[in-house]
Amino acid sequence: MRARTADRPQKWGNPFTYFVALLFIGICVAPVLYIVLGGFRTNAQISTSPAGLPGPWVVSNYLNVLKSVTFWGEFANSLVVALASTVGTVLLGLMVSFVLARYDFRLKGAMYSLFAAGLMFPLVIAITPLYIVVKDLGLVDNLLGVIVPQIAFGLPMTVIILVPFLRAIPREIEEAAAIDGTGRLGFFFRMVVPLSRPGVVTVGILAFINSWNNYVLPLYVLNSQANFTLPLGVQAFSSQYSVDTAKVLAFTSLAMLPAMAFFAAFERKIVGGLTGAVKG
Amino acid sequence: MSNTLGAEPADGHQSQGTPGAGNAAAAARPAPPPAATRRRRGRAKLRFEIAVLSGPAILVFLAFVIFPVALAAFYGFYRWHGYGPPTDWVGLNNYKLILTDPAFQQVLWHTGVILVLSLAVQGPLAIGLALLLNQRIRGRSAIRVLIFVPYVVSEVIVGTGWSLMLQSSGALNDLLRHLGLGFLQADWLSDPKLAIWTLLGIISWKYIGFAVILMLAGLQSIPEELSEAAQIDGASYWQIQRRITLPLLGPTIRIWAFLSIIGSLQLFDLVYIIWGPYVAGTAGTSTMAIYMVGQGRNAGNYGYGSAIAVVMFLISLVVALLYQRFLLRRDLQGAITEGAS
Repeated sequence: MRARTADRPQKWGNPFTYFVALLFIGICVAPVLYIVLGGFRTNAQISTSPAGLPGPWVVSNYLNVLKSVTFWGEFANSLVVALASTVGTVLLGLMVSFVLARYDFRLKGAMYSLFAAGLMFPLVIAITPLYIVVKDLGLVDNLLGVIVPQIAFGLPMTVIILVPFLRAIPREIEEAAAIDGTGRLGFFFRMVVPLSRPGVVTVGILAFINSWNNYVLPLYVLNSQANFTLPLGVQAFSSQYSVDTAKVLAFTSLAMLPAMAFFAAFERKIVGGLTGAVKG
Repeated sequence: MSNTLGAEPADGHQSQGTPGAGNAAAAARPAPPPAATRRRRGRAKLRFEIAVLSGPAILVFLAFVIFPVALAAFYGFYRWHGYGPPTDWVGLNNYKLILTDPAFQQVLWHTGVILVLSLAVQGPLAIGLALLLNQRIRGRSAIRVLIFVPYVVSEVIVGTGWSLMLQSSGALNDLLRHLGLGFLQADWLSDPKLAIWTLLGIISWKYIGFAVILMLAGLQSIPEELSEAAQIDGASYWQIQRRITLPLLGPTIRIWAFLSIIGSLQLFDLVYIIWGPYVAGTAGTSTMAIYMVGQGRNAGNYGYGSAIAVVMFLISLVVALLYQRFLLRRDLQGAITEGAS
């Protein structure tokens, strides 16, 4: 068996595999690296040699951004919006997925189809009327005007990922809970929430990253700089300092760090959750 | 709203069970006292639970997703410039206009090119890379994190970074000059012959990591015994990939293709940030969504913009339904048409 495995083209394939993997990683990472390194250069360096390495390395661009009130204000707005959207999406999504996975009622199919069809409604299609709804609720230029629609638009993906997880919880556990006198709702909070944790984590990470990166909705809803989230901040900054490329690159680098760190910490869980959804 | 949707229980004896529950499971419950009253009380309780658990999500979803989309369909029948309530009813005129609008035909063409080439380029490349990276090599988890980087970086940042690199005095042209490939220098963003290819390159760069990760996850769920057995029978590496691995990867490939198609039909952020609605028109990178926002918010033709939104939605829906009918049926168990069953 072992000998046969070694017979596979893998033997010569190994260095080749590493080569392709490194090449691919290089292509994926180089543009991001360009942004990060660009922040360490001066504008003069960038204009004389746009593709060169920093020489000498300059940290003042980064320090200036880190000292700016604007950056931290936008950072805080993004954080508030992302956390609130994540909690809302996960909580509402979990509740409705539980109903779809474990209750039987006539309109269940219609309800599931409604959420699944939501995948066909990207935010951008509905953005103009959505803005009108948000305006009528008095939520223009208010972080809530971004949070609540984000929760709504996050629900379809959440439902599709969570329903298979919730359906996979063995019936025996529910019956045991019933015999012990736990109602359905008690079962929900004491058993379902902990047992569906892998799905919940996946959905939560997706909601967080989607919110952190969302551009269209904040673009429409938020109009004073004090309420800007980071994507709007990056754009405002890059048009305000369009001549100061190095500064823009530093700002941009710092704006992408949190989502990347968050993602790196949870990468395994995201992949696990996606597989669950695909197989479900 | 939640009441009308959530409160209808199924017929009597089913109302106690969960989906897929057989009669045997129901019989295993502790013997119910007076059956009729218990059932009625159970049904009311069930209704209450369904309403409480699904009410908030349905309410938010209807108010912020379904209602705005319905509103777009309504505005699509008016000539409306966004001030006051729409009064100038034009019936299907906006839709007739769409059919003959050369600008719309152009954005439809761009969208189609992006859709087809995204599938054709990213699919095979992602499958190949996933097969390669699925071997036992060192640093696999580090590799997985790194190839996901472009997917995690926001569109705004990707757009800002790439437009700096690709402008005519940018890093790419400089790099080409240094490598002695100066003849390849180009106006990547504004040359109408090139811009759409530039866009395709950026899209592939941004989204291929997601495809690879999805395929890798799919590969890992294929039992190794199958290819080992085939090996014992003397099958070659390529035979195993073609006859065993690829067919078993089918569901993953089909789901990825579905997500990719929907994403292509709705492409907006990247183009809007790199080109903006006006430049995208002249550079040949405008998409349906860009045109819609350009007509609506930027040009003030909200009625026409809304009609475009409706057409976009209909195209997405038809594509999704056809796709599901013919390709996805077994994988998602009818997520869109047949409901949760």
